Amino acid sequence: MNTLAGPTPPPDTVLEDIEVELFVRALKLRYGYDFSQYAPASLKRRVLQLVQAQHADTVSAITARLLHEPDFLPVVLEGLSVPVSEMFRDPDVFRALREQVFPVLASYPQINIWQAGCAHGQEVYSLAILLEEAGLYERSQIYATDFNESALNQAQEGIYPARDAQLWSRNYLAAGGSHSLADYYSARYELIKLDQRLRRNVIFANHNLVTDEVFCEAHLVLCRNVLIYFSDPLQDRTLGLFRDSLVRGGFLCLGTRESLAFAPSAVDFTPMNAALRIYRLESRNGGGG
Amino acid sequence: MNSPQAIVIGCSAGGLNALETLFAGLDRALPQPIAVCCHTGSATVDLMCELLGQHATLRVVEARERASLEGGVIHIAPSGYHLLVEASHRFALSVDERVSFARPSIDVLFDSAAEAYRDGLIGVLLTGANRDGAEGVARIRHCGGVAIVQDPADAAVPVMPQAALELAGADHCLPLAAIAPLLNRLCLT
Ligand SMILES: C[S@@+](CC[C@H](N)C(=O)[O-])C[C@H]1O[C@@H](n2cnc3c(N)ncnc32)[C@H](O)[C@@H]1O
Repeated sequence: MNTLAGPTPPPDTVLEDIEVELFVRALKLRYGYDFSQYAPASLKRRVLQLVQAQHADTVSAITARLLHEPDFLPVVLEGLSVPVSEMFRDPDVFRALREQVFPVLASYPQINIWQAGCAHGQEVYSLAILLEEAGLYERSQIYATDFNESALNQAQEGIYPARDAQLWSRNYLAAGGSHSLADYYSARYELIKLDQRLRRNVIFANHNLVTDEVFCEAHLVLCRNVLIYFSDPLQDRTLGLFRDSLVRGGFLCLGTRESLAFAPSAVDFTPMNAALRIYRLESRNGGGG
Repeated sequence: MNSPQAIVIGCSAGGLNALETLFAGLDRALPQPIAVCCHTGSATVDLMCELLGQHATLRVVEARERASLEGGVIHIAPSGYHLLVEASHRFALSVDERVSFARPSIDVLFDSAAEAYRDGLIGVLLTGANRDGAEGVARIRHCGGVAIVQDPADAAVPVMPQAALELAGADHCLPLAAIAPLLNRLCLT
């Protein structure tokens, strides 16, 4: 069944699997970026999309380029990252943050929030707006991280297509926003730009969840729709990172369809709003990572 | 093909009614897992699972991230996410860009399932108003699986099955009423 005997016409999926594996190894050996523990099916899709976008014939062709042309690395990383996001996506989650999590955060003199996998920053600005409206932003510090450098740059700019504004405005109101989203951006031609004052307590930083360590003590970690791209062991390792970063009683918010069923580290987190994937770190035993 | 190990189903406009009919006709002893990608505008598929469950002979649930595909159960792709099948026969989700304007996309489900089950997969493409699923049907056939496409003349909206037939052809092209009996025959032997 899964052999290469005989002249199989491309694209043969088994051959592709071998090529993808070699590509991933090349990326790791040459540049230290390790995608070997990403969920295979969607990773393969993105590698094949990269092949197409480069008008290459095979994965091996882009592997060769990757090895020999360092300038090609950012293109590859951009292709493997999925900086797809929305403002106030899943409004119920943001409503729950506002109504259930913020009242607890309000008891801290300084509030540290780590937003891991921030993509183009849509959720960073969403959070900043919520904090502002709750009167908590002045004493908040948001660390917005991603391994995709160009996404981080765009996140800092806060410029988005105007066609998204309508959906985001609806999301904002559904999340319990008390103004109008338009109060927070200026529109120009086909673009909107988020009020840069919203950025005043945000630090954007390059951080790779696969290889980098804990860098702050957080009261809330927001990491939505990032771990869905990780296989079980990497998901578990990353949860360990969040556990080590969070203060006792700190909050973890994941994407609404994510499952912790296969992560041993999940025992450290108690569901606070299970449907919306908001958890609390109850104790610090277990340690390590 | 080998004995079927799994069934994937795709549909779009008009799909809910078609699925109702299809699921009402499936044998309740069907041992294969079924995964469905149905484009819907709504934020969740809770209601869809409930509606379909009323007519179906099998249990209808939302597909859960990382869970194994369960035999004799119909798994519906959550709205807003692509649903993929890993080689380990477990589900994975992604929020990658839309494919053919759709997320979940039928192509994404079919492609990944085709590679996970190869010649043990049956793919069914029903009514719909866009081209999603055509590539997926091609991939299923390329990997040795069986493709069943609803006869466009019988479909509420013929565009989708028509596009698949043009790009990939099919092993069976049938009116909706004949698809459940065929699945029962293929899957229970
Ligand atoms: C789909 S986006 C999630 C955006 C946002 N949180 C949301 O749910 O709308 C996933 C992000 O995770 C980032 N990411 C993936 N792997 C990562 C890693 N190893 N370290 C840091 N960020 C990563 C990607 O670059 C991408 O921006």
